[in-house]
Amino acid sequence: MSDTNTPYIEPPMAVDESFTHPVVQAQAQAQDPIARKRYKRSWGSHSSNPWRLPALDASFWPVFYRNFLVWRKLALPSLVGNIAEPLIWLVAFGYGMGALIGTIDMGTQQVPYLLFLASGSICMSAMNAASFEALYSAFSRMHVQKTWDGIMNAPISLDNIVLAEMLWASFKAVFTAIAIMGVMLALNISTSPKLIAAVPVLMLTGVTFSCLALVFNALAKGYDFFTYYFTLFLTPMMFLSGVFFPLNQLPPLVADIANALPLANAVALVRPLFMDEWPTQAWMHVLVLLAYAVGGFWLALALTRKRFSA
Amino acid sequence: MTTDLLPETATPPTDNSPTEKQQALMQCEHLVKRFGDTTVVQDVSFDIMPGECVGIIGPNGAGKTTIIRMCLGLTVPDQGHIGYQSVHGQALRMPQDALAIKAELGVVSQTDTLDPDFSCEENIAVYGRYFGLNAAELKARTPDLLDFAVLSHKAGARPNELSGGMRRRLSLARALVNNPRLLVLDEPTTGLDPQARHLMWERLQQLLQVGKSILLTTHFMDEAERLCDRLLVIDHGRKLAEGSPRALIAQHIEPEVVEVYGPGAVALATAPIRSRADRAEVVGDTVFFYTHHAASLLLELARQPQLRTLHRPANLEDLFLKLTGRQIREGA
Repeated sequence: MSDTNTPYIEPPMAVDESFTHPVVQAQAQAQDPIARKRYKRSWGSHSSNPWRLPALDASFWPVFYRNFLVWRKLALPSLVGNIAEPLIWLVAFGYGMGALIGTIDMGTQQVPYLLFLASGSICMSAMNAASFEALYSAFSRMHVQKTWDGIMNAPISLDNIVLAEMLWASFKAVFTAIAIMGVMLALNISTSPKLIAAVPVLMLTGVTFSCLALVFNALAKGYDFFTYYFTLFLTPMMFLSGVFFPLNQLPPLVADIANALPLANAVALVRPLFMDEWPTQAWMHVLVLLAYAVGGFWLALALTRKRFSA
Repeated sequence: MTTDLLPETATPPTDNSPTEKQQALMQCEHLVKRFGDTTVVQDVSFDIMPGECVGIIGPNGAGKTTIIRMCLGLTVPDQGHIGYQSVHGQALRMPQDALAIKAELGVVSQTDTLDPDFSCEENIAVYGRYFGLNAAELKARTPDLLDFAVLSHKAGARPNELSGGMRRRLSLARALVNNPRLLVLDEPTTGLDPQARHLMWERLQQLLQVGKSILLTTHFMDEAERLCDRLLVIDHGRKLAEGSPRALIAQHIEPEVVEVYGPGAVALATAPIRSRADRAEVVGDTVFFYTHHAASLLLELARQPQLRTLHRPANLEDLFLKLTGRQIREGA
């Protein structure tokens, strides 16, 4: 221990100099990192104002595709789960209650209760599928698994991650709705050729509810929080949106409020298509849904930015 | 006895002649970050030169992770400037050019962000797509990256089937998928056993040898000594010292340390023997003597066989404790 005037530094671990790992060689040779893509300088997006405009582009795609790849592994069991519940409702209420109720007077035609319920419940299914995905699943990725944090270390912005989650939840909503529609066609509940026009409407419904759900995702501290969203917001809306009974059964004031709800506007668009009619005032219903979607997305993005800047 | 404090071994390997002033890869100037009333980073500046490994060491809550987050554009500094020299020679700025800069970075964060639903192979491929890599490129790169991470036999396993060390190596392999110029590692070996740490260090040394730059935080002093060309000692958001590990030790600490404990040890700190050392410090039941020549001190201590002594060279931990104090930090 006498010859220790020098600060003792352990010798570096023996590295076999003659061997260089192929990865290390490749990393040394290719001087160019994956920078062939041109990344825009975001003059505005470094501002710490969370309410700044969204900066969205196609870089959401790999994030969307990531979610698709995970879903593909479990697509079949998850599809069964997604469509079994709405179909049980449909069969129990549609055939059971339908026998008691008979037909419903829709002004232009008398409609079997089963058709009435089917056209409403398909909107409800789109709503539920979008909400579940944008709440529980998105929260897992954002908060529990830290998937978003990993993605943000790559050249993908938070804005585009939120966009990808929104579009992904919407995709799942449309996928579920189309599957249910297939069963409805098979059951011969509606054979209207206008059903094809219901697909974009259900897509918009999915977008709207994904955006709204992402607002609550941004605010959530845990999964428990989402119970409030379902019990205090989605369940009452189900009963106020003409899914199970016509809105004119409600007192006028309640009916006015109900008419402003996103689900009511979706049902108002989809139900006539099931009846082989074109919806009246379609543009107005579309605008209401769009307003919820745009407002919801902006709010969700602002709250998510706040969450991540802390 | 040779006093050999040559700092040469600690300078970054570079092909450029010393006269030619190299341009820093990343420059952080006068960074300030406040959260509410607390200032978590206060006027911290440093450069990362190409091929250099810069370490940030400091106690828990010192501001290390906040500095890293500012370098990654995840947190916007309240004051200061972060510049980055792109591979094409453009002067980029964080956070305005965050995406262009991140295309050239590889990041291993403190907590794993691996995808639990994907196998090791898929984790790398999915991550590569975030950088715009196509299927053919991914197919070519992934096996080598898995091999580099010593995970070829686990290509089909999911992260929850891996040990802590394997997960960290998978995170490193994933961070290399875009062939980054600068690796940013936030406590890369925390929680790993010695074997896993040594393998991680060996991999990082290989990457440094081929000219990668590394910015890392750690609170393992042996890790800092082993890997880093230059260290920043941070506490309470301030930079306390900066330099190569050896230079820092030489600058701040006497070269030899004698630790004494046992019955009556503490009294030595005020006894005449104290004059044999440059500095003495009492921690619990142990006295630390810091000295340039321990011989006479050791001779005198040998007369008191009831005492247990440990004579060792000063190390980075001594420096760290001198600069940041010995009190336990909240949240430690």
